[in-house]
Amino acid sequence: MEIKDIEKLAELARIEMSQQEKEKILGEMDSILGFIDQIQGAKVDINGREAGEVRNIMREDGDPHESGKYTKDILKGAPKTRDGYVEVKKIL
Amino acid sequence: MTKINLTDLTIRKAHEAMKTGDFSARELTQTYLNKITEVNPNLNAYLHLFDGALKQADEADKRFKDGTAELLTGIPMAIKNNICIKGEITTAASKILENYRAIYDATVIEKLRKAGAVFLGGTNMDEFAMGGSTENSAYGVTKNPYDDTRVSGGSSGGSVVAVAMDGSLASLGTDTGGSIRQPSSFCGTVGLKTTYGRVSRYGAIAMGSSLDQIGPVTKNVADAEIIFDCIKGDDDMDSTTIPENLIKELKVKEKMTIGIPRHFMKEGIDEDVMKNFDESIEKLKSLGHVIKDIEIPNIDYALATYYIIMPAEVSTNLSRFDGVRFGLYKDGGENLLQDYMKTRAEGFGPEARRRIILGTYVLSAGYYDAYYDKATALREVMKKDFTKAFEEVDIILTPTAPTPAFKIGEKSDDPVQMYLSDIFTVSANMVGVPALAVPSGFTERDSKQLPLGIQFMAPWMGENILFEIGKDFLGEK
Repeated sequence: MEIKDIEKLAELARIEMSQQEKEKILGEMDSILGFIDQIQGAKVDINGREAGEVRNIMREDGDPHESGKYTKDILKGAPKTRDGYVEVKKIL
Repeated sequence: MTKINLTDLTIRKAHEAMKTGDFSARELTQTYLNKITEVNPNLNAYLHLFDGALKQADEADKRFKDGTAELLTGIPMAIKNNICIKGEITTAASKILENYRAIYDATVIEKLRKAGAVFLGGTNMDEFAMGGSTENSAYGVTKNPYDDTRVSGGSSGGSVVAVAMDGSLASLGTDTGGSIRQPSSFCGTVGLKTTYGRVSRYGAIAMGSSLDQIGPVTKNVADAEIIFDCIKGDDDMDSTTIPENLIKELKVKEKMTIGIPRHFMKEGIDEDVMKNFDESIEKLKSLGHVIKDIEIPNIDYALATYYIIMPAEVSTNLSRFDGVRFGLYKDGGENLLQDYMKTRAEGFGPEARRRIILGTYVLSAGYYDAYYDKATALREVMKKDFTKAFEEVDIILTPTAPTPAFKIGEKSDDPVQMYLSDIFTVSANMVGVPALAVPSGFTERDSKQLPLGIQFMAPWMGENILFEIGKDFLGEK
């Protein structure tokens, strides 16, 4: 791994990082990957897998609560709101 | 007010005492609150005390009067601060949720509430349950009550210390890779990781969704069983819970065959832990159980596999914290993307960032096959290995942790060393079987007595087997 890999991952993960932190994480990733790489020695076929136990875990979406019942409570936790919506900055 | 001896108290004893009127639920709750005021400033087990505790105790006293009291009515409990209780601050020990008030009760809370339990407060933990020492909490470490220069273990360190310091009669923790059992070993409590799907995760802040389970921390096995019986069950709000018609009641034998995977205990285990483990085996033999050496072929890979699957799920689960709908918001970006990046940079601590980055890596194109896909395949193989092992034995036994509680700061700069602390506990989460950690004695360090523990693992849905062997081992029968 190189510093540019950490930069790419930080961008994908939406976390701003200082140069110093990137360097620290780079060192830690090397040691963690060194540890988890032991699974490469395991004899396991990733293509020969069977489907596990299969059952329907979906339920009927019946008996809905009345619309708007929780809106006020939920919005109370949001940092910025306007007219019953959460508010964010422009995307483009 | 009657003086209540908290040290010897159990749920059943407290229940009897409240029933006969030796003390009231209010007096019991007040006694715990006094104890918390006395010892919590140093040990830091609780992050917040809830306002409603005494009121809940009064409600419990009414139930004792009108005859509707259940076993858990009036029992004071501590709740890990990643389990939602309506209206209470629920931080998961992260800065990103510093001011977050839960807007609903977790299913386990709803069940305990119905039974009349009293909720004392929210307990400290590693941020988002990531760690084995509570040093990753944004609100300071929880110290070990046996030696306050040592860690309590983690991530449910606060819940465990709350019980160990007599700051609550029982508590709830969560266990993703050992987070209930490893601190239980460090602090001399009983901790249960339930079969995956046996207890609803609805309302528990998610870390690794295919691994997380809520479970009790208690002073003895009977208490863990009482809480388990209350919180278990199918839940419409968690599709991973096991439907009641698929629950198998496993047969509990009086004399059990206990398998020991010796091949898995070769390196990195403290000598005193091994000595205590061998003594525990002798004790089980003298109780009439049969000990058998077994091999679990791929168990050596469990921890490495865990450190691929868990961070992958962490990076996914923690993407919801972005400063838009709840929690911390850091202004100052030019657009939404920059706001996300600033908010998450400010809100997440070092271990959370490390695991998000690692998870993003193992899931990224080009590395997915070599890491995530291989790890999930290996996990299936491990499940088969455990199924096979349980054809030969009723129980699998290991130490709970490879060492006694370590010093605060000792491992905080070396992530891999910290991860190794979960070596014996992660496999139960990887394959989904239940596991019970019980205290097994003490060892001395710096002229202080430190608790040690052993871990029983049973087949899927075999909690009843764990309770039986645990009670037998601790002499509760």
